[in-house]
Amino acid sequence: MDSSIPGRAGEALYRVMVRIRAFENAAETASQGGVSAFGQQAAGAAKVRGPLHLSTGQEAVPAGVCAHLRTSDYLTSTHRGHGHTLAKGADLTRMMCELFGKATGFNGGKGGSMHIADFSVGMLGANGVVAAGLPIAVGAAHAQKLLKKGDDITVCFFGDGAINRGPFLEALNWARVYELPVLFVCEDNRWSATTASGPMTAGDGASARAASMDIAATQVDGNDVFAVHETAARLVGEVRVGGGPRLLHALTYRVKGHVSVDLAAYRDPAELAAALETDPIARARGHLLSTGIAAATLDAIENAARDEVDTALAVADAAPWPDASAAFTDVQTIGAGQWH
Amino acid sequence: MALKKELSYSEAAVLAVQREMEADARVVVLGEDVGRGGIFGQYKGLQQTFGAERVIDTPISEAAIMGAGVGMALAGLRPVVEMRVVDFALCGMDELVNQAAKNRFMFGGQGRVPLVARMPGGIWDASAAQHSQSLEAWFAHLPGVVVVSPSTPQDNYGLLRAALQCGDPVVYIEHKTLWGLRGDVDEDIAVPLGQAARVREGNALTLVSWSRQMQVCAAACEALAAEGIAVDLIDLRTLWPWDRETVLSSCARTGRLLVVHEAVQAAGFGAEIAASAAEATGCRVARLGAPRIPVGYAPMLEAQSRIGTQAVVAAAKKLID
Repeated sequence: MDSSIPGRAGEALYRVMVRIRAFENAAETASQGGVSAFGQQAAGAAKVRGPLHLSTGQEAVPAGVCAHLRTSDYLTSTHRGHGHTLAKGADLTRMMCELFGKATGFNGGKGGSMHIADFSVGMLGANGVVAAGLPIAVGAAHAQKLLKKGDDITVCFFGDGAINRGPFLEALNWARVYELPVLFVCEDNRWSATTASGPMTAGDGASARAASMDIAATQVDGNDVFAVHETAARLVGEVRVGGGPRLLHALTYRVKGHVSVDLAAYRDPAELAAALETDPIARARGHLLSTGIAAATLDAIENAARDEVDTALAVADAAPWPDASAAFTDVQTIGAGQWH
Repeated sequence: MALKKELSYSEAAVLAVQREMEADARVVVLGEDVGRGGIFGQYKGLQQTFGAERVIDTPISEAAIMGAGVGMALAGLRPVVEMRVVDFALCGMDELVNQAAKNRFMFGGQGRVPLVARMPGGIWDASAAQHSQSLEAWFAHLPGVVVVSPSTPQDNYGLLRAALQCGDPVVYIEHKTLWGLRGDVDEDIAVPLGQAARVREGNALTLVSWSRQMQVCAAACEALAAEGIAVDLIDLRTLWPWDRETVLSSCARTGRLLVVHEAVQAAGFGAEIAASAAEATGCRVARLGAPRIPVGYAPMLEAQSRIGTQAVVAAAKKLID
């Protein structure tokens, strides 16, 4: 761990992780039995419907990486994108509204969890297709280079499952060939849906494949937010000054199942137990305490996150549904609407 | 100032892209071999004029070409995405179907994807099953995209400019054997998307087609005219949105509709037009497309996938009887 991180920056990283965890815990509850405001159980259908992919246990990666990004930097994400979106600076309440399918969500209820996006902070979208964000990211980075947008960069999150799809290889080659300002971040959580990634993957994974294409790759303990923060600082800096693409290979773990209703019974309980020993939030808390930050300070951060999420649940609950006619808007300008 | 000149179908396309690149610095071209002018000459000279940063040679990576086009569009460019042939566009199908076409809707209008995906289609002589397909119906089935298929140099010029100005993803299907077709191109003629062309007038039946098959249909109309049968011939030009008004008003007048296309007849776009016309006007309808077989290599096998003049004439007469 990097003990050189000053207290305030450390607290900021902690705050990001805690907000992601609180948000996803609430979303998970809301997806399972339905909640109304303030966590009370409510009868009836779940408030968050459809597939909900949780990033519980992986919070250190978006927190550590996005700490170095500006609003004008672009970000593409995966189907497990709540953490990336919050870490990039998106509004938590509007995100909850989108998960509830409400008109006040980022996408007006048209996208939900799998398509969470906030273009106003440069977050170009989660994606329901594994590896699909990689070519989009190199395109955005290519545009940044052509439009000479200062030293803005694009960051592309993807999972270890994505490296076995063609678009991963095509995008990495593309980024290197055109020397684009893009940072690839592999969140290696060891699972591809409900199949372990290791037996499905030849060779040594994301960083080895990047190295084969002459893209400098760095492995990092993805459950150590300070290590992620420090490594990402270097890589983001190298990309910003025109050094071409870089890859950060963050080793983490998917604590939950593939989707919220998946209890991951296919997994060896010992594997989960071992992973929980390295929970990134608990580790960060321990480290911050050891540097002299008061427990009360960290408690306050956690309480504030819970309060914020409770408020978001209440707002999302009370928010209006989209008008049914919205199903016919934002399709296309020419040839939309009146046709069956 | 009217600038009228005789150009080939491919030269007309070059001129269209050139004019849009001159008018709008956001327009870029990316694809395999585009720096050398494209495999059909449809980008000839553009890299020399606009540089390798705006006419971008790419690796053979259709998924990345299409996906990067989406990212470029989201970041403020207006890319022309070259797929080489429609058959290879299938390697970028997720990027077109799940990304480009869905982006605007699924993100609630936060993003727009103003890209033009050029994918030459149709039978290319002796090019067999993977270089001769007509897949326009696949794309017309897809909410979020515009589908264009020009049959003349003038239309290729006008429709390509309109496609680049439209702001939505456009699937732009030029025909692989029309590149050398010459004709007058007037730069001042705008060809709007979604507007069909009435090529011949007649009352005996309505004949609708597009792309290269228009030439076959025109020849069939000549043969029918020699027998006193006057055909209302319509070039659809844009498949989505298709020009219902022009087609349906013609069908209401003639009472008969024949749709002819090079694509496989089964589940082809002709079915959509025929059903719409029957529903709206009660007219008699017929379709004529290729049998549901891959395009073969040997001449007599390839010929089985072609719809010739005589077949169109016979189908028209059968409809009139």
